[in-house]
Amino acid sequence: MGSVMGAIINLNNPAHTVDWHFIHLSVANVVVIVLMLIVFLLAILLPFPGAAEREAARRSGGAS
Amino acid sequence: MSSVGAPPPVTPAPPVTPAPSKSWTVKVREKGVEALPPERLLPDGQPTYVASWIYVFGVASIASLVVIIGSGSILALKGPAWWHYTSLGLFFNSIHMWSVELFFFVMVVHLWGKYWMAAWRGGRGRVWVTGAITFLIAVPAALTGYVSQQNFDAQWISTQAKDGLNSVGVGAFFNVTNFGQMYSWHILLLPIAVVVLVSAHVLLVRNNGVVPPFELDEKLAGAPAASPGGDGSAPASTGAQS
Repeated sequence: MGSVMGAIINLNNPAHTVDWHFIHLSVANVVVIVLMLIVFLLAILLPFPGAAEREAARRSGGAS
Repeated sequence: MSSVGAPPPVTPAPPVTPAPSKSWTVKVREKGVEALPPERLLPDGQPTYVASWIYVFGVASIASLVVIIGSGSILALKGPAWWHYTSLGLFFNSIHMWSVELFFFVMVVHLWGKYWMAAWRGGRGRVWVTGAITFLIAVPAALTGYVSQQNFDAQWISTQAKDGLNSVGVGAFFNVTNFGQMYSWHILLLPIAVVVLVSAHVLLVRNNGVVPPFELDEKLAGAPAASPGGDGSAPASTGAQS
């Protein structure tokens, strides 16, 4: 698996970094931060399975 | 045949108030049951507002922590030669490392979610503080893991970290180039601290209930006598909370 990943991503070089004023981040960390932001937004925006049914049941007097 | 009359009146026994126990076990039990009755400790329902993806990341953090503790226990039993030079050892080494990555990933999303919903509202300050301290303790828990790998990566990280730690004066008793010391911190002291704090965090959530959305909180605060569960929230007595 390591050799397969190594063939896809060449890690045999100095880390790539993002530099902006005092901010100095590796590209790997930037990718993780962006992924966290995407997951955070999706968690807010995407409907939870069964949430609408629960809300309808609650409004009609059923169990919450 | 003799006639059966009314039974003789029974004088009820006077109520007996048990003397307050001096036993610390009784006091702890009574305080514990008072704070967390069984239906609140292990509820069978949740308020409707919990049906959102943003409420998933707390339990995702706990799930990651379980995998971390499990895989770490196996690594600790087998030792560095096993995790470096056998395929199964490398597999568990990777499981341990990636579960840590996942733990921090979902914990940060959990932190963001709780920050923006001001989860310290309604007397939940201790919930917020235990979560924040857990995050702060998890950082050195991860660092001590990276410097306990027994490879060049560990050497690089420890020699880079020592200067920063020395600059703030902790290097004398927290020496990242001392494998034995770092390994003890990593597999004993810091995991115990994280698990105790996470346990306290979860019990406090059980005690206080999941923080409701802002609009529901305001509605409940304005209502003279909110009906139980009438707005999707459940009072503590129903146990419909987490």
